[in-house]
Amino acid sequence: MKANCWMGKKKVSVEDVPDPKILNSHDAIIRVTSTAICGSDLHLYNGYVPSMEHGDVLGHEFMGEVVEVGSSVRKLRVGDRVVVPFPIACGKCYSCQQGTTSLCENSNPNAWLAEKMWGHSPCGIFGYSHLLGGFAGGQAEYVRVPFADFGPIKVPAHLSDDQVLFLSDILPTGYMGAEMCDIQPGQVIAVWGAGPVGQFAIASAKLLGAERVIAIDRYAYRLNMAAEKAGATDVINYEETDVHEALLEMTGGRGPDACIDAVGLESHSHGPVYALDRAKQALMIESDRPLALRQAIRECRNGGIVSVSGVYGGFVDTFPMGVVVNRALTIKSGQCHAHRYLAPLLERIERGDLDPSFVITHRLPLSEAARGFELFNKKLDACEKVVLKAA
Amino acid sequence: MQSLTHVGDDRYSSRRSREPARSGLALAAFSLGLGLAELLTPAGLATLIGLPDTRRTRLVLRALGARELLAGVGLLARPRSAGWLWSRVLGDAVDLTLLGDGFNRRRAKVGRLIAATAAVAGVTAIDTFSAARQSRSTSLERILAPIHVFRTITINREPSEVYEFWRDLRNLPRFMAHLESVEVSGQKSRWRAKGPAGMVIGWDAEVVSDEPGVRLAWTSVEGSTRVPNRGVVRFNRAPGRRGTEVQVELKYEPPAGAVGAAFAKLFGEEPSQQIDGDLRRLKQVLETGEVLQSDASIHRGMHPARPARNTDSVQLKGAAE
Repeated sequence: MKANCWMGKKKVSVEDVPDPKILNSHDAIIRVTSTAICGSDLHLYNGYVPSMEHGDVLGHEFMGEVVEVGSSVRKLRVGDRVVVPFPIACGKCYSCQQGTTSLCENSNPNAWLAEKMWGHSPCGIFGYSHLLGGFAGGQAEYVRVPFADFGPIKVPAHLSDDQVLFLSDILPTGYMGAEMCDIQPGQVIAVWGAGPVGQFAIASAKLLGAERVIAIDRYAYRLNMAAEKAGATDVINYEETDVHEALLEMTGGRGPDACIDAVGLESHSHGPVYALDRAKQALMIESDRPLALRQAIRECRNGGIVSVSGVYGGFVDTFPMGVVVNRALTIKSGQCHAHRYLAPLLERIERGDLDPSFVITHRLPLSEAARGFELFNKKLDACEKVVLKAA
Repeated sequence: MQSLTHVGDDRYSSRRSREPARSGLALAAFSLGLGLAELLTPAGLATLIGLPDTRRTRLVLRALGARELLAGVGLLARPRSAGWLWSRVLGDAVDLTLLGDGFNRRRAKVGRLIAATAAVAGVTAIDTFSAARQSRSTSLERILAPIHVFRTITINREPSEVYEFWRDLRNLPRFMAHLESVEVSGQKSRWRAKGPAGMVIGWDAEVVSDEPGVRLAWTSVEGSTRVPNRGVVRFNRAPGRRGTEVQVELKYEPPAGAVGAAFAKLFGEEPSQQIDGDLRRLKQVLETGEVLQSDASIHRGMHPARPARNTDSVQLKGAAE
């Protein structure tokens, strides 16, 4: 089959690879119809995530048709149309039963490696390094899905791939980012990053009752999308406007009730601090540059919540812990426990509360995955979200 | 049979290895002190050891000071490192050579030079002794020291279920990567483990303590193996309805020689990591019914699905729930 493989830093290519096989009795094989490039794939692409190996199949946002099931699979049948959540989770361990599936205790065969890095291991993730299990990803014609009875959700035929594909990751990730803000009526939420996760965080914050949602980015086209499609009430282009002054003005000097970091470890800024972080990252003194996160913490109102949806992998430098303690901030974070949001969000899509397809700017065949990565990484051609059609 | 119930301090560190650390730290302090003196007051030091205070002498002393500081910091970080200790011996040799050269220099104070040389020779003796002892104990400890592992994991199953599974010792190879098979007859069992290069190590074991749902202990039968070993596993109810805390304690006493070396290799450099993997697989089998494999990576050319490291030797027998 064809699959998009990581071939080194800033290099992906569609290669012929062996078809996936059933390895465990709970597996299913899915014929992928649509798959997407995630912002977190760019961290792999740009070489910020360790333990990637030449030839690893990428992709953790995908959906398709079940073509084969293992002997223990009861709920899925060949022919079912499903969306697959990106965390691999067993459904049987304590973490899964608590609804925290991105912390599944049984789905990372390389848990010992993750423990060395992070103390304890999170779940395995499709196509996301050997640290997270070495599972082949879904930017491919076929993909093996472990724990098929627990993860994949069946989707009705009247909804298009474009409408339901993002249940796999970015929609629940953005939703959880907003949910972690414990939004109360009348609250003001600021969202750093108007990429796809940021867009869904904005839309979700509105759905959850925020009065005012402020989008912060440096690309006008992304801010336009946030205002016109996602429902942001205000936008700040940080290259043109002083974020601190603007937020004070918009919040009566209090600061936002909650701040969402939908940027992660490759944040941008300007000035000497940004240059210093770039240099430290290049010299491997810090692995992640947390410019958006630092600002989100500084700007948050006293006693507010900082919700971190952006991906961080290792260490950040100059973390403003004094701000967190002295102004009684709460930091919440986590890879999305996608499983618990699948059914409720699918229901919202069916009801018409939300049409996630608004973020799609590019539809390409799988064979053009490399071009998709380049467009998305360099933000060329007003690229917001690339969907690859595998079939 | 020695009881494994109380292990005390022994669980986390061994008394035997503390002493080299202490002498390593003392030598580190010595290196740092001497290094600072050489760097900061080379003139005074030159006079003290009887060398003429010239620019060349100061330069050489400063260079030696930098070297001492490096060795000091290295030893401070890893006081048990034979490598850093040997680096001190090498440095001593350089010092002795330079001091010997000093005797040929005009304006040298021979009396002081002799005293300095004697002092360095004394330090060299201490360094050589420490480095040699550390080298020997590093290599021998790895092979000869009893392998004593204490690990624990929480499994989302009732203590009685986990006990039942473990009590049927034939299940052990399903999650213990190095075990090939366990055959049971009564209280006795025959264990076979895979060694390096296809070698098979076998021994007989007997259950010596069995409290259903609580605790199980076994030991190898004397005379059945040159690698006496014993183990105990406890099944404690986890707080907050989180299932069972399984605590495993294993002790192997590999002998010197080929069998011991092969046995040590079974466990690799870090036996506790191996047991961690075993317990993780036990958890997977009990919670999900099987050991999860991860799959197709085509790295280094195209090849079929590649199982995750350390799980290839685990047999996937039956996947029933």
